[in-house]
Amino acid sequence: METILDRRSMSRRDLLTGSLAFGAAFVVGPGFVAATDAAWAMEVKALKPETMATLIQMARDIYPHDHVADEYYAAAVKGYDNADQAEMIESGVAALNAAAQGKGHSSYTGAGWERDRVDLLRAMEGSSFFQMIRGGLVTGLYNQKAVWPLFGYEGESYSQGGYIDRGFDDINWI
Amino acid sequence: MAAPFDLSDDSVVVVIGTGAGGGVLANELAQKGVSVVALEAGGRYLPDDYINDEWESFGQLAWLDKRTTSGDWRVAKDFSGLPAWIVKAVGGTTTHWAGASLRFQAHEFKTKTTYGDVQGANLLDWPIDLAEMEPWYEKAEAKLGVTRTGDRVGLPGNNNFKVFEAGAKKLGYKDVHTGRMAINSADYDDRLACQQTGFCFQGCKWGAKWSAAYTDIPRGEATGNLEVREHAHVLKIEHDESGKVIGVVYADKDGNQHMQRARIVCVAGNSIESPRLLLNSASNMFPDGLANSSGQVGRNYMRHMTGSVYAVFDKPVKMWRGTTMAGIIQDESRHDPSRGFVGGYEMETLALGLPFMAAFLDPGGWGREFTTALDAYENMAGMWLVGEDMPQETNRITLNHDALDQYGLPAPNVHFDDHPNDIAMRDHAYKQGMAVYEAVGATRTFPTPPYPSTHNLGTNRMSEKARDGVVNRWGQTHDIANLFISDGSQFTTGAAENPTLTIVALAIRQADHIAGEMSKGNL
Repeated sequence: METILDRRSMSRRDLLTGSLAFGAAFVVGPGFVAATDAAWAMEVKALKPETMATLIQMARDIYPHDHVADEYYAAAVKGYDNADQAEMIESGVAALNAAAQGKGHSSYTGAGWERDRVDLLRAMEGSSFFQMIRGGLVTGLYNQKAVWPLFGYEGESYSQGGYIDRGFDDINWI
Repeated sequence: MAAPFDLSDDSVVVVIGTGAGGGVLANELAQKGVSVVALEAGGRYLPDDYINDEWESFGQLAWLDKRTTSGDWRVAKDFSGLPAWIVKAVGGTTTHWAGASLRFQAHEFKTKTTYGDVQGANLLDWPIDLAEMEPWYEKAEAKLGVTRTGDRVGLPGNNNFKVFEAGAKKLGYKDVHTGRMAINSADYDDRLACQQTGFCFQGCKWGAKWSAAYTDIPRGEATGNLEVREHAHVLKIEHDESGKVIGVVYADKDGNQHMQRARIVCVAGNSIESPRLLLNSASNMFPDGLANSSGQVGRNYMRHMTGSVYAVFDKPVKMWRGTTMAGIIQDESRHDPSRGFVGGYEMETLALGLPFMAAFLDPGGWGREFTTALDAYENMAGMWLVGEDMPQETNRITLNHDALDQYGLPAPNVHFDDHPNDIAMRDHAYKQGMAVYEAVGATRTFPTPPYPSTHNLGTNRMSEKARDGVVNRWGQTHDIANLFISDGSQFTTGAAENPTLTIVALAIRQADHIAGEMSKGNL
């Protein structure tokens, strides 16, 4: 999680000073995206903060897990915040927002229902932008060790001697 | 002369590849006093080096050189640059394999006779049979320490097996057990018993699973007759004016090329690289590649009918705990055309960790249909389906002159179309696999598509007649007496069973033959 700045010490009031509520989940300000409850915040350098907030929402809509907090989705897309990819990401997100506006929403994140956002994503499923974001999430999200316990997955076991004495055959409901 | 050997030493047997075929052959020859230089494209990793982390281990071990794909198989769409999931390291894919060690059934050596003409299939009987192979299977099982053979007991069943077994029995299956596995159920041959760690596919950190990397290879080296050269990637096999092979050209880890002279060359680079090497060795004398007078080099590529079934239950399973593949249902492995296909299939327990489950459950899938499946990861059980696929002449490895590897050589293209028999078998296997789990209360089941191929077979196949295949009953090429094929590419047909035990048995047998012919002065 080293890519996420911990702003837990920052008050909600501090955070909101000079920033905008962005959809339900995020606030964006100059050079950062943050959770509305200030649980986390991320510095953004090459991308517009609104673009990063849109990417985070898009990541959640592609692989929605209601028990997985936004900071893991943010970590999964943080890597796109670089000068080499910024133009391509900005244009992909702009296309997504244009599609949303064509359906009467203010923007992609302005669409309140997940199903409306998913409809927009389905319509661009074949695009290289969508496939790059989706493909990157397969490892970007699910290969975060911090995410594994949220799914019950225990990771490596050699250092603990395997499961021979730790429940390799412990289910009793079958 | 003792190892290491000189590049100009033309008395050595050169073995290309150090996996189940090459690694075993190299050791067996060395034990008999034959001088061997084994050239391995990858590096050397031992149990301390293996990593209990799916993607990190994949980066450490997988063969990731340039490859391309074509055909209607789903792997070409989902993993277009990764047709096969095999290993580039000393020990080859025996680091990654699951350990399932099954003998072929008698009829599987005689499919042309047993199945008759199957339209579009290039079936052929093996020039050998089960009776001839039985003593070699016995030696192979003793070498690998296969459970439920000899006096070796079975592995204990893990959670994934308990669910699988209960479902199988409810469905009426009889031949259900924790498998014949090259994973120790008790300490054996200086290797520890299985500690139920999981991560069998990432290299066994206990050494409980047999791998050539820490058994045959060091034992061969200890004789003084075997030199293993790591990061030695063979580019070409050279021959003289008489058509006999005289050595091989390889690139070392810095890309510098060397020629190692040889009395005999044995190719064991797995079923994509082995035919590719023969094709890349084309010369004025052999314009279609070495040993290719039949035109069969690279053809009849088989990868087994495969698929998986995962199922979600209302209670935890924790399938990742313990041995990855110690569980089998063998009732469907028989040949019974009343099911709508020839040949049969095995059902074997399988677990993936969360990172690989996300990648392989439904490649390309997204949205809540996909994520609610992963939400239930802890409550999942899983099995792999593996059955005989039909050899087809058009399923083949060719040289792709538009895609070059890191040495500037044409990369292999792997073309595969499913045969209607493969599709009928897969559909049947999905249905049965889902029924196994539904019988014990699965709330949701997933017929999961094939992964990149782990069983690559048939591209230099064994035949009685030179016109039908590439090698004879000893794995010796029909065209060139001192050129042998020593891996799964010699398989005439694929059978339903996981191939490693048969590759090992053939390698032990081939070593016996080669050493005998050398001492008689025939080679």
